Amino acid sequence: MDPTLTPIGWFLWTLLYVLIVLMGVMISLAFLLWGDRKVWAGVQMRKGPNVVGPFGLFQSFADFIKFFVKEVIIPSSADKFVFLLAPLISFTLAFGAWAVIPFAPGWVVSNINVGVLYLFAISSLGVYGIIMGGWASNSKYPFLGALRSAAQMVSYEVSIGFVIITVILLAGTMNLTGIVEAQNGGIWHWNFLGGGGLKNLPLVVIMVPMTVIFFISFLAETNRPPFDLPEAESELVAGYQVEYSSTPYLLFMIGEYANIVLMCALINLLFLGGWHAPWPEGFTAGWPDLARNFYFLLIFIIKIVFMFFMVAMAKAIVPRYRYDQLMRLGWKVFLPISLVSVVVVAAWRVFVTGAV
Amino acid sequence: MNNITDSLRMAHPEVILSAVTILLTAIGAFAGRKASLVVSALAVISLIGVAVIAAIGVPVGIAFGGSFISDAAASYAKVGIYLMSAVAVILGYGWLGRLSARQFEYPLLILLAATGMGIMVSAGDLISLYIGIELQSLALYVLAAFRRDDPKASEAGLKYFVLGALSSGLLLYGASLIYGFAGSTHFDVIAAAVKAGTGTGVLFGLVFLICGLAFKVSAAPFHMWTPDVYEGAPTPVVAFFTAAPKLAAMVLILRVLYTGFPDNIEQWRQIILLIAIVSVGVGAFAGLVQSNIKRLLAYSSIANMGYVLIGLSAGNHEGAQAVLIFMSLYMIDATGFFAALTALSRGGKPMETIADMAGLSRTNPAMAITITLLAFSAMGIPPLPGFWGKFYVFKAAIDAGQWPIAVAGLVGSVVAAFYYLRLVKVMWLDDSPGAVDKGPLDARIVAFASALFAFPLVMIGLTWIEHYSGYAADAFGLL
Amino acid sequence: MIQALAFYVMAAVTVLAALAVVGARNPVHSVLFLITAFFSAAGLFVLLGAEFLAMLLVVVYVGAVAVLFLFVVMMLDIDFAKLKAGFAQYLPIGGLVGGILATEMILVALAVGREGAAAKNALPDANAGGASNIEAIGQVLYTDYSYFFEAAGLILLVAMIGAIVLTLRHKPHVKRQDIGAQVARTPKKGMEVVQIKPGSGVEL
Repeated sequence: MDPTLTPIGWFLWTLLYVLIVLMGVMISLAFLLWGDRKVWAGVQMRKGPNVVGPFGLFQSFADFIKFFVKEVIIPSSADKFVFLLAPLISFTLAFGAWAVIPFAPGWVVSNINVGVLYLFAISSLGVYGIIMGGWASNSKYPFLGALRSAAQMVSYEVSIGFVIITVILLAGTMNLTGIVEAQNGGIWHWNFLGGGGLKNLPLVVIMVPMTVIFFISFLAETNRPPFDLPEAESELVAGYQVEYSSTPYLLFMIGEYANIVLMCALINLLFLGGWHAPWPEGFTAGWPDLARNFYFLLIFIIKIVFMFFMVAMAKAIVPRYRYDQLMRLGWKVFLPISLVSVVVVAAWRVFVTGAV
Repeated sequence: MNNITDSLRMAHPEVILSAVTILLTAIGAFAGRKASLVVSALAVISLIGVAVIAAIGVPVGIAFGGSFISDAAASYAKVGIYLMSAVAVILGYGWLGRLSARQFEYPLLILLAATGMGIMVSAGDLISLYIGIELQSLALYVLAAFRRDDPKASEAGLKYFVLGALSSGLLLYGASLIYGFAGSTHFDVIAAAVKAGTGTGVLFGLVFLICGLAFKVSAAPFHMWTPDVYEGAPTPVVAFFTAAPKLAAMVLILRVLYTGFPDNIEQWRQIILLIAIVSVGVGAFAGLVQSNIKRLLAYSSIANMGYVLIGLSAGNHEGAQAVLIFMSLYMIDATGFFAALTALSRGGKPMETIADMAGLSRTNPAMAITITLLAFSAMGIPPLPGFWGKFYVFKAAIDAGQWPIAVAGLVGSVVAAFYYLRLVKVMWLDDSPGAVDKGPLDARIVAFASALFAFPLVMIGLTWIEHYSGYAADAFGLL
Repeated sequence: MIQALAFYVMAAVTVLAALAVVGARNPVHSVLFLITAFFSAAGLFVLLGAEFLAMLLVVVYVGAVAVLFLFVVMMLDIDFAKLKAGFAQYLPIGGLVGGILATEMILVALAVGREGAAAKNALPDANAGGASNIEAIGQVLYTDYSYFFEAAGLILLVAMIGAIVLTLRHKPHVKRQDIGAQVARTPKKGMEVVQIKPGSGVEL
């Protein structure tokens, strides 16, 4: 009998899944963090971390242990409960979002119908960790950082939402596995080229800008440079995390990076064909399921690493935006463009491809 | 498919208004204040246009699955509402020009409020009732606070908003109770369910619903906002407040009670009568001690709503007709009053207290005659419109066997006559403290037109109004 | 079993958090409890099979509305002692209103219980007819309820116009960035070559 049918079996099975995903993400984060610093260093013609382990590969683990064993300092005038809750929220949400990310066909913790919406909801919650941390520190710089992040993340969520709607219109489903499967069959089926084969190719005019807007908005949503105003070190020291040290700081940082990698995965799922390779994949048809899934997983990971490289490059080469420029970009450029795109894509779906 | 085109045809006035609003918003947003004249002119033209369409070009029927009713009553009310809104746009344009703050948003808000009122008078179920009320009220809150640098206007807007939100809460609570017990939001289904017997739950809901609606027509004891809002809000805006929104809310009350709860007449009549008597009393007695004319007119409007509700309590065809006639005549009278107030200023300062009016008969006789006529009309002196309104209302009440209430209403109206007489006395007998400004043309024209209607024209107008309101009253599906 | 457990946990959290919203001394804590209440309410929706509504509740109320609440509340300068002083004064009237509402709710509950409405009408199927509830909501929202949908859009338009009318001020001496002008700038426009005579300044 299938062990997942009894409540206990189902529970243990899900727990196992969750642990695998959690550990996988955590360990890959450690190396991505190292990669981030290496890219950054490379652009600035430095060496970057190169001491711990071969090529400095274990630098992140050394940092981890350092953060872990340091003393936790809580400012005396801080709101202690909220102060400690904030990093926990950041961390939990960042990992909670991974629950709906499919890594290969069927390899997903929870294959819910509203996967995209779930991710959108969780990412909109991410702002709470920052606001609460900034407020609870009871100090000027963190508070300013918190206010900035609240306005920034709420603003960019709007255009992210509209961009996601264009993808949903193309795929006709909110299920992430479904969205990826709709892009099966080669690079011209990927959503950033119009999704739906050569017939939809004219939509490339819309969907490439949508992909770019999504990429830029997710940088703003995750407070990455050039939109790292909540923690802008030259203006606010370290923004909302000034007062944090040791493990709470570590949680914030892991949460932040988990979010970035999550967004890299999401942009792949939505626009870049998910686990599908750019070439037709008919040759895998005869493979055993497990081998096939590992092949897909490999493609997916390569794409995530590529996106992460883009994010790291953006951090290395783009100067920080000013706050009014940030708001202008979000509200006056991205919002109108994405709104018009939703209308165009919807019209395309109704009048050209035929409504479902 | 056919269904939706038919529905849209029945909703033509609202569809056109909302399309025009969105177009004008875009024009205003790109052209800025320069576009004020164009936006206002187009708003007036489209309001008059949809009034004409509502009068002649709308098929009768039920649209959008019963949520939108297009019948004679809706058309009758819409003509009044849209024309009054057009007047408000004209008055407001002149007023903003004098403040050199010509904002194109003013006509837009009036248009949106007018759309909301159109939805209200056509409401066929509780959802469109609520959506219409919210659309109209939100626009009115903003209009009340339109002069945001004036602390009194901001206070008026804020008070109106907070109390309005409270009343919306009451209304929603009532609506959800009714929906829960009757099992539908449609008025006709509710009526059928009530007939079949649903217990007292629906009545609970009905009480809350009536409370919420009474707030919108500013009937006592839900009148607390009225004097403050009338005093603080800009005068042309108040001219709008007293006219169209009250007509819309009254028609909505008629719609809810007459088509939604015809079998509960004994129950709701008690509530309506209580509200009516308290309104007449508060309006008459509290008005006596006012020195600010806008506050005085606020209490006068509370009393007038009391008279209307007395007529409404008849619960029959005559009652509905009396309500419509009274509201039509009252709208013209009140708009004229506030237009006259807009037109009057001394040394650039608006004349808002009764003392300011002293000796107006010598400094500005035309305006004095106008105000006197309007005041006599409001008192209910025989050939003037105010008399006819009260005549129909009390007649309907007496015919329905409510004569003690009608007598009480008459007593209230006699008390209320004192404060109009005081105003007239101050104008004609007291000495003037100085010359009065000439006053803007638009406001004077509206005031004179209203006075002209009050005296000779009413005799002709009334036959029309009676004729059409008779048709309109038929639409409520009552005896 | 897990469902029942989840229901009781989330229902209890919702109710307790809602109580804490009223009871918390610090308004920021109140908002945080409000968020907790919203979040567990979303969980209840998921249990009912209405996952779309649950996500919307989180996106709209938790992700947008409550953030702005928190934003405002954090910046308020509130004297907590003063607030507490008013509490006792308004307690009777607040209690009265709350009491009336509670009585009515109990009456409604009793009436429903007596007529057996809950037993008569089974829990509606969240995915009736094979359509997921997103599809089902979409089907009625854009057909049967299109009128309300559009009218509600107008209400939002009013809110937007109102907010702009009441708050937007074009202050005179504010420098604004004009990106078009910046991009269109040429060296010719930006520079001027001036011959300076020795000993004299430049007039700008």
